Amino acid sequence: MERVVSRAGLWFVLLILAVMAMAAAQDSGFAAHMAILAIAALTGLWLSIANADYGAMARGVLRMPSDPSRYDDDPVRWGVIATIFWGMAGFAAGLFIALQLTWPAFNLEPYLNFGRVRPLHTSAVIFAFGGNALIATSFYIVQRTCRARLAFPGLARFVFWGYQLFIVLAATGYLLGITQSKEYAEPEWYVDWWLTIVWVSYLVVFVGTIVKRKEPHIYVANWFFLAFILTVAMLHVVQNLDMPVSLLGSKSYPLFAGVQGALIQWWYGHNAVGFFLTAGFLGMMYYFVPKQAERPIYSYRLSIIHFWSMIFLYIWAGPHHLLYTALPDWAQTLGMVFSVMLWMPSWGGMINGLMTLNGAWDKVRTDPIIRMMVWSLAFYGMSTFEGPVMSVKSVNSLSHYTDWTIGHVHSGALGWNGMITFAAIYFLVPRLWGRDRLYSLRMVNWHFWLATAGIVFYAGSMWVAGVTQGLMWREYGSDGYLVNSFAETVIALHPMYMMRAFGGLLYLAGAVILVWNIWATILGKLRSEAPMTSAAYDPEKDRPAVPAQSAQGD
Amino acid sequence: MANKRIDEATNIETVGHEWDGIEELNNPLPRWWLWSYYASVVFAIGYCIAYPAWPLIEKGTEGVLGWTSRGALAEEMLQEEERKAPILAAISSVPIEQLPQDNAQMRAAIDGGRAAFKVNCVQCHGAGAAGSKGYPNLNDDVWLWGGDLKAIEYSLIHGIRQPGHDETRIGMMPAFGRDGILTGAQISDTADHVLSLSGKGEKNAAGAQLFAENCAICHGAEGKGLRQFGAPNLADAISLYGNSRQQVTNQIHAPSHGVMPAWGERLDPVTIRMLAVYVHSLGGGEDFMENAPEDESVLAAEPDEQP
Repeated sequence: MERVVSRAGLWFVLLILAVMAMAAAQDSGFAAHMAILAIAALTGLWLSIANADYGAMARGVLRMPSDPSRYDDDPVRWGVIATIFWGMAGFAAGLFIALQLTWPAFNLEPYLNFGRVRPLHTSAVIFAFGGNALIATSFYIVQRTCRARLAFPGLARFVFWGYQLFIVLAATGYLLGITQSKEYAEPEWYVDWWLTIVWVSYLVVFVGTIVKRKEPHIYVANWFFLAFILTVAMLHVVQNLDMPVSLLGSKSYPLFAGVQGALIQWWYGHNAVGFFLTAGFLGMMYYFVPKQAERPIYSYRLSIIHFWSMIFLYIWAGPHHLLYTALPDWAQTLGMVFSVMLWMPSWGGMINGLMTLNGAWDKVRTDPIIRMMVWSLAFYGMSTFEGPVMSVKSVNSLSHYTDWTIGHVHSGALGWNGMITFAAIYFLVPRLWGRDRLYSLRMVNWHFWLATAGIVFYAGSMWVAGVTQGLMWREYGSDGYLVNSFAETVIALHPMYMMRAFGGLLYLAGAVILVWNIWATILGKLRSEAPMTSAAYDPEKDRPAVPAQSAQGD
Repeated sequence: MANKRIDEATNIETVGHEWDGIEELNNPLPRWWLWSYYASVVFAIGYCIAYPAWPLIEKGTEGVLGWTSRGALAEEMLQEEERKAPILAAISSVPIEQLPQDNAQMRAAIDGGRAAFKVNCVQCHGAGAAGSKGYPNLNDDVWLWGGDLKAIEYSLIHGIRQPGHDETRIGMMPAFGRDGILTGAQISDTADHVLSLSGKGEKNAAGAQLFAENCAICHGAEGKGLRQFGAPNLADAISLYGNSRQQVTNQIHAPSHGVMPAWGERLDPVTIRMLAVYVHSLGGGEDFMENAPEDESVLAAEPDEQP
C-alpha cells in the first residue's frame, strides 16, 4: 500500500509540474509538449491508483504468456510490437515524402510539408523502428547469452515506456516545427535531457544483466550492444550541449558554432550510423544468424579483430561528410583515410555472418528467414564497401549533395537494418508468444521478395539519379560555362523519383504482410500451407539458470 | 578448454565456449581479408604523407605534394578565367549596339548570358524565360521598358523599382480604389473599358471617360502603353497580372508592382552585357534605332519605338 501511495504521489507531482510548465510556457510548441507530458503523468497516476491490474489485462489482450521461471520477456514483447508499429509509421512517412519530392502538391502546409515530415521519417525509422528493435533484441539476447533474467526489471520497463515518450515528443515536435536543425538530432533540449535519463537507465539494465550472468564469458553480440549503448550515450550528450533560451520554452542554442558545430554534427551523425545502425545491428546478427542457421559462428578470432578495429576506426570517420567545405584540409584527409581503413573491419562482420552458414547453405533455399538474413548481410557488405568508396575525395566531389547519398543510405537501411530486423521479428514472435511456428512461412517469402524488389527500385533509381545529378551539376560547355541550371537537373530526375516512390511502396507492402503474419501468429492461428523449414525451438531449454523468486520479479 | 570439439560439417575445431546453444569455430582470419586490411592501412599512411593530414600546434602538416583544396580551386578557376579573358575583353570593347555586327562575339555573348541567366534569373523568369504571373515573359516581343540591347542592358544594370537606387527604372500606378481616387462603380466601369481595348469586354462610355481622365496620361489615349513609365500596353492580349475582370479590377484598385534588383550592384559589367544579349536573342529583341541618343540617362527618358 505504501508503495502505491508513494508511486501515485510521484506521478501527481509530475502532473502538477507539467500543468504549471504548460501554463507558463513561452511558446505554443512547448505548451503542447507539456500537455503530452501531463497526459502521460495522468495515465501513470491512474494506472497506479486503480484497482484493476491493467498490465495483466494488456497481457491478456496481447496473449502474452507469463511464467517467472522463464526469462523476463515482457519488455521484449512490448518492444517487438512497438518496433512493428513505428516501422509502419516510418515507412509510410517515407513513402509520403518520396511522393512529395515527385509531386510537390503533396506538401500540406504547414504541418505536413517536406521540411517537417522528413525528420519525422528519419527519426521514425532509425530511432523508433531501429531503436525499439535494438532495445527489444538486446534485452532478449543478453538474458539468453548470460542465462540470467534482466537486472532491475522495473527500470527495464521504464526504459521501454520512457523511450516511447521520447519518440512521441520528438515526432510531435517535428510536426509542430520544434527543431534544433541538426540532422538525426532534431529534438530540442528538454527531449534530449529526457532521452539521456532513459539511455543511462538502459545502460544500467544492460550492464547489470551482464554482471549477474551465469556464463563465464561475455558473448560477442553483447560486446556490440555494449559498444552501441555506451557510444550513443557519449555522442548524444556531446552533440546536444545546448543552452536553453528559457527553461519554459522550446528554443536552445548550441555550444559549438560554425565549422566546429559542423564537425561535431557529423562526428555524431556518422557514428549514429556506425554505432546505432552498424554495431547495434551486428549484435542482433551475431545472435539470430547462428540460432536460425543452427551453426557455430565462423571465427572467434575474426570477431575479436573486426570488433576492436571497427570500434577504433569508426569514431574518426565523420569528417568525410564535410569534404570540400570550410573544414581544414587535414581533418578532411583523416576522415577519408579512416573511412578507407574501415572497409575490411566492417566486412569482418559480413564474413563472420555469411560463413556461419558453412555446412548449412541449403537453408538459403528452404528457410525464408535465413534467406532474409543472408540478404541483409549482402546489403551490409555492399553498403560498407560503397561507404569507403564515397569517402574518397574524387568520388565524393561527384557524389556529395546528390541522391547517390540517399541511395547509399537506403541500401543500408532497407537492406541491412530492415531485413535483419524483419528476420529477428520472425524468429522472436513464435518463441515469445509460445507458438509452434509462424502463422505462415510462405508469407515471409512474399515479404522477402517484395522488400527485395522495393530495395532494387529504390537503390537503383537513386544511384542513377545521383550520378545524373552530379554529372549535370559539373557539366561545362566548350565555351567555359555551366550547361545546366538547378531546375533542369530536377526535371531530369523526375522519372527516377517516381521509381523511388514505387520502390518505397513495394517495401511498405512487404511490411504490411509482416503485420498480418505477426498479428495472426500472436492470435495463435496457423495458415494451412505446404511446409517450409525453420529453426527448431525447445522451450524447456529456454530458461534462466536461476528463476525469478516470485511473479513480482527480483 | 574442456568443451572443444570438432565440428562435423566443416571439420574445424570449436573454441569451446557456448552461449544458448551458440558455439564458435576457431577459423583463422581469412588471408585475403587480412592483407586487404593491411593494404588499406598502407594506403592511409601514404595518403597522409602526401596530403595535409595531422594537426600540430599552429597548423596541420602540409603533405609533401603541397596540395590544398583552396589552392586547387583557385588554380582551376584561374585557368578558366585565363581561357575566357580574351573573349570577355572583346565583348566589353565595343558598344553593345555594335555587338551584332560580329557573329563570333555575338555567339560567345549569348552562351555566357545563358549560363548567367540560369544562375541569376530563372528563379523569377523561369528556366525557359517564359515568366509567370507578375514576372514578365522574355521570349515575346512585349516590352515594358524597351526591348533593344541598350534598353535591356540599362534595365539590368539599374533594375526596376530598386529601392535606394537613383537611376532605377521607376513607374508607379496610383491605387485608385484603396486611396479613394475612384469609387467602386467607377473602377468597375474603367475595368470594362480596359477589357474592351483588347476585345474582351463590351464598350463602356463612362469607363472610356474615366480612362481618358485618369489613365491615358500613362497608358496613352488608346491604352497602348508608354515605356517611359513602364506603363503596359492594355490593348494587347498580354497582362502581367492576369486579364480576367476580377484581376483587372484588383489591379486598378490596388496595383501590384514588380521589382527587379539592380544587377549592376551584384554582377560585373561584361556578365550583364552578355545577359542583355542573351535576353535580346530569345526572340523578341528589338533593333536598336540608329538615331537614338548615346547617353544612357537620356535613353531611359526617351523610350524607343517599335521598329
